[in-house]
Amino acid sequence: MSVIGITFGNSTSSIAVATQDGKVDVIANPDGDRFIPSALSYVGGDEYHGTQAEARLIRNPDSTIVNFRDFIGKQFDEVDTTAAHQVGAKAVKGPQGEVAYEITKNGNPETVTVHEIAKRHFINLKLAAEDFTGKDVEGVVLTVPTNFTEHQREELTKIAEDAGLKTLQLINEPTAALLAHLSTEEEKLAQDKLYVVADFGGIRSDAAVISARGGILTILATAHEFGLGGDKLDAALSEYFAKEFEKKYKANPRSNARSIAKLKAESIVVKKTLSNVQSSTCSIESLAEGFDFHTSINRLRYELAARQPLSEMTAFVEKVIKKAELDPLDVDEVLLVGGAANTPKLATNISYLFPESTKIVAPSLDSKALDPSELVVRGAALQASLVEQFDESEIKESLQPIVVNTQHLSKPIGIKDAEGNFHSILVAETAYPIKKSIEVTNGESTSVVVELYEGKRTIKETVIEPEAADAEDSEEEDSDEEPEIKREVVYEAGDLLAELTLKNLKPNAKLEVIINITQNGVLHLSGRELKQGAIAIKGEVQPSA
Amino acid sequence: MSIVLPSGSGDSFKAVNKYSAAVRRPIEPVGRYFLAHASRTLRGHTWSEFEKLEAERNVKQVEEDEDDDLGDEEQSEELLAHDPREWKTANLYAVLGLSHLRWKATEDQIRRAHRKQVLKHHPDKKSAAGGLDQDGFFKIIQKAFEIMLDPIKRRQYDSVDTDNDPKPPSAKTKYDFFEVWGPIFESEGRFSVKQPVPALGGLDATKEQVDEFYGFMNKFESWKTFEFKDEDVPDDTANRDHKRYIERKNIATRKKLKQEDNKRFIELVERAYSEDPRIKMFKDQAKKEKAAKKWEREAGSRKAAEEEAAKKAAEEEAAKKAAEAEASKKADSKKAKEAAKAAKKKNKRSVRNSAKDNDYFGDAGKASDIDADIELLLEKFDDVKLGEVAAKVKDADAAGVKAALSEVVAELVGAGSLQASYLKYFSA
Repeated sequence: MSVIGITFGNSTSSIAVATQDGKVDVIANPDGDRFIPSALSYVGGDEYHGTQAEARLIRNPDSTIVNFRDFIGKQFDEVDTTAAHQVGAKAVKGPQGEVAYEITKNGNPETVTVHEIAKRHFINLKLAAEDFTGKDVEGVVLTVPTNFTEHQREELTKIAEDAGLKTLQLINEPTAALLAHLSTEEEKLAQDKLYVVADFGGIRSDAAVISARGGILTILATAHEFGLGGDKLDAALSEYFAKEFEKKYKANPRSNARSIAKLKAESIVVKKTLSNVQSSTCSIESLAEGFDFHTSINRLRYELAARQPLSEMTAFVEKVIKKAELDPLDVDEVLLVGGAANTPKLATNISYLFPESTKIVAPSLDSKALDPSELVVRGAALQASLVEQFDESEIKESLQPIVVNTQHLSKPIGIKDAEGNFHSILVAETAYPIKKSIEVTNGESTSVVVELYEGKRTIKETVIEPEAADAEDSEEEDSDEEPEIKREVVYEAGDLLAELTLKNLKPNAKLEVIINITQNGVLHLSGRELKQGAIAIKGEVQPSA
Repeated sequence: MSIVLPSGSGDSFKAVNKYSAAVRRPIEPVGRYFLAHASRTLRGHTWSEFEKLEAERNVKQVEEDEDDDLGDEEQSEELLAHDPREWKTANLYAVLGLSHLRWKATEDQIRRAHRKQVLKHHPDKKSAAGGLDQDGFFKIIQKAFEIMLDPIKRRQYDSVDTDNDPKPPSAKTKYDFFEVWGPIFESEGRFSVKQPVPALGGLDATKEQVDEFYGFMNKFESWKTFEFKDEDVPDDTANRDHKRYIERKNIATRKKLKQEDNKRFIELVERAYSEDPRIKMFKDQAKKEKAAKKWEREAGSRKAAEEEAAKKAAEEEAAKKAAEAEASKKADSKKAKEAAKAAKKKNKRSVRNSAKDNDYFGDAGKASDIDADIELLLEKFDDVKLGEVAAKVKDADAAGVKAALSEVVAELVGAGSLQASYLKYFSA
């Protein structure tokens, strides 16, 4: 038996399987695609899936269904079908008011519901996975966007079940992506950091601010933008080519559907090529009125053509940080996900938003970064391999609100050193119960006091001399064009919570301070000398109601 | 740079303030840290308990990784000096340093062990160390690796690599049946075509389990093949007849060995069966059960006989009782009669004496007449009348007695049973 992860996107879907030691294989379907277009096409009595179906968009758009994921579990009346449906079969109202599609099968018109389409899609994915692993697929971990409603999640589970797949768990897409990213290195997951996960799909973009505290991930804010995504970049490129074609041949390729489809298909190829190399050729046979189209384009020209959607994407990332009531200075890493994240300009644009210390994870900036299109499915596969060993009831038990809904510290808690600087031990948004310890020293004095403070976040703006860049105690640094102003987030000691005195110490002894917050919120502070037989001094601090 | 704490002294601990209220948020249910969190929350473990559990788990993992020293086994001098031309006679698992795993070694383990052996015994290494032409053992290693990686060849080798299998003890010695035969059947079981093989089990195994075990062993089908013991078929085409002769001989030998092995196994099972204490136990049990059954089967007739006897006894008892009653009744009637007689006598006497006791009612002169009359009356009285009269005369005075007697006379005369003429005194 095997357990796989599936990412079901509007544009593409992926399947992956992870081994116990954390190696993930993203599975290619029989066509050799790792990013399988979520498309189905009906020609005569035959069903086409994936790339083969997508190719039908040119010749047989009326019976080719694409971009249907978001309509799962929705009523026809509550969705906007126009934006997503410039291509492919037209959505209609189904028998139960759900979204359905009008297609032609064996010459007869037929209405198929989204449920049925998604089921067919899942069956194809399942077959691909079983072909690859050589084993029956027993269970899946599916990813969903964070704004999928409870009803949509149920519906998706049902569809998967109808397709013969048992859903072990539904996990959020940004979390899955982050999990995959953090699992690349052993220690990464345990580090206390703040991440922005920006997922640029085909027809929609999603972003989430996620805090990782002691390996526990919490979504602080999410943002969604429909219509923004890779398709906009394709459209911009298509428009550029169309203009050029018009100038050359005085023929309008936008006048008929087939020309538009051809142009779009080629634009996708060119876009992908330009993500990797500086220039690309574009050649379309018989684009319009019998004219073949050959041209070449370099990356700069493409970036200019796609300036509008690119800047929208950057603004979108800014928006989600605002929504989380944070400053770009707080963000430690930005993880770019989705096909559009391959675009180098997008990564550089986003990097301008953040200080230099913030790491932007995108293939164009970091050659070691995982393929952004694979991140989500990798996370799903990793989670699948984690939950594989549990039975269904255990998983269900673990997903109860009592387990999932946890208290998070609203302010950091730390201690003050001899110079009066605040050192946080537990950062804000740490979920408890938690236990953490740090090692300190007493210096020369024989008796020291551990002062437990709550931290206060301030953004310090200092005008600094060019050479006084003392990066040591600054958590983040702004890299503005004007080097005079340096903005940084500084935590200062706020309210004193408790004092604990350690006496009779040898000079420069090693001391350990442990903070443990229990399930019921009581903070246990203890300090002791790190030596054999040392007695720990302990005390409790209560939370304010 | 570690943090230096400010100096100061005061209370050992003082809580000053409460920390800010927490925010409740859903955490993302992904990753191993979440699973740890879930298990902590659900099981209610504290951190230290959880850390302890985790530590235990980590220890186990280390143990599992222990086959890192795979193939570190040292080969004996004898084996190292083995003639490579005679490689078939060498213990190929020992060659790879896997003699503790043998047929249990996985392909991965074989590869790793082989790699180690190659590093240790490569001719280049040997010649660097000063020895020349010492590639004999290396050749054996390569041969062994070749055999082990080919599943068919490995089966053929495993079929004959039985020298280190546990052997049945000599018949005369005393031993614990299960301790000795358990490992034997376990190691023989690996040759079974049908898997899994039932285990020998212990003394507490049920009859079904034991029957299943011997049933399986009696129908045991082994996949052993004896190609490994083949004589090398000459490669040259010069003498085709000879080649065919050898081939035929090999096939015959294989058949013979296979038959011998099957026979050996059958004997092994037979011997185990005959020695198995459980079989004896079950036989005894069966016997006892049979006896018990017989006992039960005969219960019906036995019961009837018992009932019969009881009936008989009851009847006898009843008869005895009846006889006794009869006897006692007889005795009683006799007694009653005697008593009645005595009473009658007493009554008669009291009636007879009644006149005398009352001075013959003042007529002493007529005493003989009165006595004669009374005698006559007594004769005529029946038992009842006698009782009545006796009761009347008893304690009565002279007049009373006279009146009573006269009354009786009148009565008797009236009834015609007495003739007044016979009476001398009372007739008046």
